[in-house]
Amino acid sequence: MNQILYLWPFVRLGLSDVWRHKTRSFLTMLGMVFGVGSVIAMLAVGEGASQQALDSIKRLGSQNIMVMSVKPTTEDGGNTGSQRGSLAVYGLLYEDEERIKETVPGVTLTVPARMTRRNARLGERQLEMRVVETNPDWFEVVQRPVLAGRVLGEHDLRMRANVCVLTEHGVRRLLAAEEMIGQRIRIASGVFEVIGIVKNETGGTVRAPDSEADAYIPITTGTQLFGEANIRYSAGGMEGEKVELSQIIVKMADTEAVEPGSKAIEAVLARFHKKRDFRIDVPLTLLREAERTKRTYNIVLGAIAGISLLVGGIGIMNIMLASVTERTKEIGIRRAIGARRSRIVVQFLINTCVLSIGGGIVGLLLGVSIPLLITAFTAMPTVVQPYSLVLAFGISVGIGIVFGLYPALRAASLDPIEALRHE
Amino acid sequence: MIVCGTEMPRPRSDEVVRLDDVMRHYLVGDEVVRALDGVSFSMRKGSYWAIMGPSGSGKSTMLNILGCLDRPSSGAYWLNGENVAEMDDNQLSDHRLKNLGFIFQSFHLIPQLTVGENIEVPLLYLGLPHAERRYKAEALAERVGMSHRLRHLPSELSGGQRQRVAVARALANDPAVLLADEPTGNLDSATSVQIMGLFQELYEQGKTVILVTHEPDIAKYAKANIVLKDGRILSLHGEGV
Repeated sequence: MNQILYLWPFVRLGLSDVWRHKTRSFLTMLGMVFGVGSVIAMLAVGEGASQQALDSIKRLGSQNIMVMSVKPTTEDGGNTGSQRGSLAVYGLLYEDEERIKETVPGVTLTVPARMTRRNARLGERQLEMRVVETNPDWFEVVQRPVLAGRVLGEHDLRMRANVCVLTEHGVRRLLAAEEMIGQRIRIASGVFEVIGIVKNETGGTVRAPDSEADAYIPITTGTQLFGEANIRYSAGGMEGEKVELSQIIVKMADTEAVEPGSKAIEAVLARFHKKRDFRIDVPLTLLREAERTKRTYNIVLGAIAGISLLVGGIGIMNIMLASVTERTKEIGIRRAIGARRSRIVVQFLINTCVLSIGGGIVGLLLGVSIPLLITAFTAMPTVVQPYSLVLAFGISVGIGIVFGLYPALRAASLDPIEALRHE
Repeated sequence: MIVCGTEMPRPRSDEVVRLDDVMRHYLVGDEVVRALDGVSFSMRKGSYWAIMGPSGSGKSTMLNILGCLDRPSSGAYWLNGENVAEMDDNQLSDHRLKNLGFIFQSFHLIPQLTVGENIEVPLLYLGLPHAERRYKAEALAERVGMSHRLRHLPSELSGGQRQRVAVARALANDPAVLLADEPTGNLDSATSVQIMGLFQELYEQGKTVILVTHEPDIAKYAKANIVLKDGRILSLHGEGV
């Protein structure tokens, strides 16, 4: 306590020194302000982005493996055999689903899905929707809150019922304010009764299985109505593709089984698919990748912030060296009165820290308000973590000490006789 | 004087200052400058001295050594019973803090600090708590007749007032010796008389005062004087020897 009281007059001296050279101190502090501000702001933005990414990956389910059909590239032999006329045939088959279920250990559930884009109409309103033909298990694997009605059931599948479940997003655009459940809408050539509405997942950098205006219909109904070929008519004629299943979601017993499971699926599929017309996404792997990316991101941000802090620190050191020269006489007086060298060092270190902490506090305010502004204007999530505030303070003190040490030592090493004579 | 082995003659208890064959040599280029060349004297507690001599006589060097800002190249300097010649930088600093009060020709107050804060500087380094520092500073300002200017900055004071503040600061640590370097060099004659009156008071209160000056008018206030020439004592007389 006594030590703190001993230091206080020097803190006041430092503050009055900063105040006396307002412009100079302000310009010097700017380096710290931007340095500390950018550290906090960048950490907040980075953390926000990565949490968002991690959230959306987690929502995909860390026990799931997504197997997707992809159109093989032409170099990959896309033109040979599989193309009949202009109909491209590729992708996953029901057989694949069976094989995965039979041969891969640890599989608890497989959900087939076929996704196409089709026009949905209600009266004069029209909307292109993603039609997901699937079975009730989809809602088991991709869990979403049901806002109204119910989801698809085994009964609908068996009966090939003309029913659909819409996502909230689609509902809002297509049905507007009208009574939703029980409404009949036309999707391509079929008429479907809306039996339920599920919540959309918002935003996200990773494609969630239901990220847009989706209509879920029983896969059996889809096969009957639309078949498996998706044909588009364009100026050059017609082009189409035949994909039996666009996606198979495989749910594993636990997260431990996910990585070996994905390898096993890869092996099974590779044996039966000559071309590389499928892709395996493992949310767990994506999660790990995202975490790795986050770490890299943090290192890059840290380096940028570090450089700006370094520049700020050098600015402070420069000013302190000038201050030592200006105050040579004062140093001489204090030494003559009986101040040890170490007390001169402490005095100048405090002076530097007043500058750096002052800059740090302003930078902290800046660093906290920038993420708020970013979130307010761009709806980008930002997370200011409490530790970053502690970090900013620590950095300010650290910079003050590191860059103040040399000027302070220089001040203390002055010969008192010479210093007193200095004009 | 011959110093043999560990049998260094210690000063008597009433000798506050004692120099035994003090030499201070500088190397300027290849040439050795003998700024002090074998000086010995002693000063009794409560005496009033003037150290005189023309420029180049070794007066400044003598001041630096007496003020513990510099150490003799050889010989012994006893201040308040301790040999300064054997001290390191920290010990010298502590010794100045405890035993010396400096008064300079150009006052040397710290311009950013108020009168009160300037007087508090030695007390701060002595580690006194805030309330005690303030109380003592007020008492010292009172003693030199400056208590009405405690919150003023040195730049707001006249030369004589500044020197009074400097005297108050020099007294703050209750030093064994007050060391004044041309204390009236920057003052007009009327103010000089007032400041010299202040020194006279301090002497009468029992302080040991050493004036370093080249002005005979000032030196005559002292009760004893030393005249230096070419680094040696030319004459030494007066009471308190």
